Amino acid sequence: MVGIIGYGAYIPRNRIKVEEIAKVWGTDAQSYKKGLMLEEKSVPAPDQDTITMSVEAARKAVRRAGIDPADIGALYVGSESHPYAVKPSGTVVAEALGSTPECHTSDFEFACKAGTEAMFVASQLVKAGSVRYAMGVGADTSQGAPGDALEYSAASGAAAYLFGAEKEKVVAELIDTYAYMTDTPDFWRREHMFYPRHGGRFTGEQAYFRHITSAAKGMMAKAKMKPADFDYVVFHQPNGKFPLRAGKMLGFTDKQIGTGWLVNKLGNTYSGASPLGLTAVLDEAGAGDLILVVSFGSGAGSDGFVFRATKRLKSVQGLAEHTRDMLDRNKRYVDYGTYLKYRKMIIMNE
Amino acid sequence: MQPQRYWREIPQRYRLEAGRCRRCGKVFMPPRGLCDSCRSTEFETIRLADRGKVHTYTVIRVPPAGFAAQSPYVLAVVELDDGVRLTMQVADCGPDEVRVGLPVRVEFRKINEVGKSGVICYGYKVVPA
Repeated sequence: MVGIIGYGAYIPRNRIKVEEIAKVWGTDAQSYKKGLMLEEKSVPAPDQDTITMSVEAARKAVRRAGIDPADIGALYVGSESHPYAVKPSGTVVAEALGSTPECHTSDFEFACKAGTEAMFVASQLVKAGSVRYAMGVGADTSQGAPGDALEYSAASGAAAYLFGAEKEKVVAELIDTYAYMTDTPDFWRREHMFYPRHGGRFTGEQAYFRHITSAAKGMMAKAKMKPADFDYVVFHQPNGKFPLRAGKMLGFTDKQIGTGWLVNKLGNTYSGASPLGLTAVLDEAGAGDLILVVSFGSGAGSDGFVFRATKRLKSVQGLAEHTRDMLDRNKRYVDYGTYLKYRKMIIMNE
Repeated sequence: MQPQRYWREIPQRYRLEAGRCRRCGKVFMPPRGLCDSCRSTEFETIRLADRGKVHTYTVIRVPPAGFAAQSPYVLAVVELDDGVRLTMQVADCGPDEVRVGLPVRVEFRKINEVGKSGVICYGYKVVPA
C-alpha cells in the first residue's frame, strides 16, 4: 500500500488585509472581498523564504510519520520562488532534516503546480520501489506586481508530504493519480524579471477551469468514481471564487470543498496552495474518507490525486500544529509600508 | 560570511547538533575536541531540544548591516528544555512582546544574506511558542 505516511504545513504569522492594499492603489476593497472572496493574505517575515518554510513543513511531516529522516531516499521541493537561481532548495531542506547524503534531490518549477509535481514524483518513486520513503514539498513566497490584481492574493506558505509503502505507517492511501497538461501561456515570468505577467481573463476559462475540470473528470474516470463518492475535495485556489465555481461545474458541494478551502484568509500560496488545502483536510478526516485533490499550474496543467484516509490518520493528526490553527491564531497584521519592507520592494543602499 | 565557514557550521546551524562529553556529560555547542571539565576527548553528537524559554534578552535598535528590515529585533539567551543556553534571535516578536520566561520554540530561518549576490545563510532562531 503506497500512501502518505506524514504531512506538515507551515503558514507565516504576518498578514495584510485587502483594505490595506486597496487603500494605497485607490481601488475598491469590497470588489476584491466580494468578487474574489479574499479578505487577507499571509506575508513572510524578512527572514523567511521558500526554504525556511519548506524545512518547517517537512519537520512536521517527519514528526507525524515517526521515521528516521536518514531513510528518506528522495526529496523534491516545488516552488516558483526558489531563493537561488542556481543552487537547489532541496539540499538545504534535506540537510536540515538529516536526510543527506543518500538522498536524491531536485527542485521543481511549474507555476502553482510545482508542489503537486513534487508529490507526484515522490509517490511514484515509492510505488516503483526505488526508495523506501520520499518527500514532496510545495512552497512559495509568491510575487505579485504592485498594483496588479495578483498583489491582493500572492501569499506565502508550505506543505510537505512524506510517502511510504509500509501499510502500518500509511495515513492516507494513494488510490490513483492523473495528469492533464497543455501549452497555455496564461501566466509567466521571463528570466531576470522581478514580477510575473498574466493574460488577464485568459487565466480563467482557457487556463484554470479547462485544466481543473478536465483533470478532475479524467481522474474520476480513471479511478471509476463520481463526485458524490468523495468526502473532501481540494482544488487549486488562486482566489476564493475559482475553486467554488469549478466545484459547481463538476457537481461538488461547498461542504466537500469547504475544509480545504483556505484562500479567503490565506491568499494564494501558489505551489503550496492545493497541498496546504490537503493538510487541512487530513487534520480533520477520518478512516475511510475519500479525498480528491486537483492542482493547477499556469503554463498550464493539473495533477489529480485520490487518497483514502486510513485508521492511522487520527493518531498522527495531533502530533503537529493543525493548519487551521496556524491560519486563525497568533496573527500579526502589517501595514503596506511594512509589507513592502518585508518583501524587499523598497530600494535600499547596499 | 565565506561559504566555507558557513558550510562547516551547517550541522549546528541547521540541526542544533552539539557535542556531549562521554566521560562527564558536559554539553558543548558548538562541539569541541577537548572537554574543559574532565579533559576527555571522547564526545557523542546529540541534538538539542527544540523548545525552551527566554532566560534574558536585549533589544537591538541600531542593527548591523543586513538586519535593517528586522529592526528593532529581540536577541535573547534562550534556555532550551535540556538546560542548554544559546544566544538566539527571537523572531516574530516585537520588543513589547518579549519577557523573561517567555516560552519559545526553535524555527528554521534565514540568518543573513551576503549582499545581493552572495550565499544565503540559514540557521536557528526561536519564535514565541
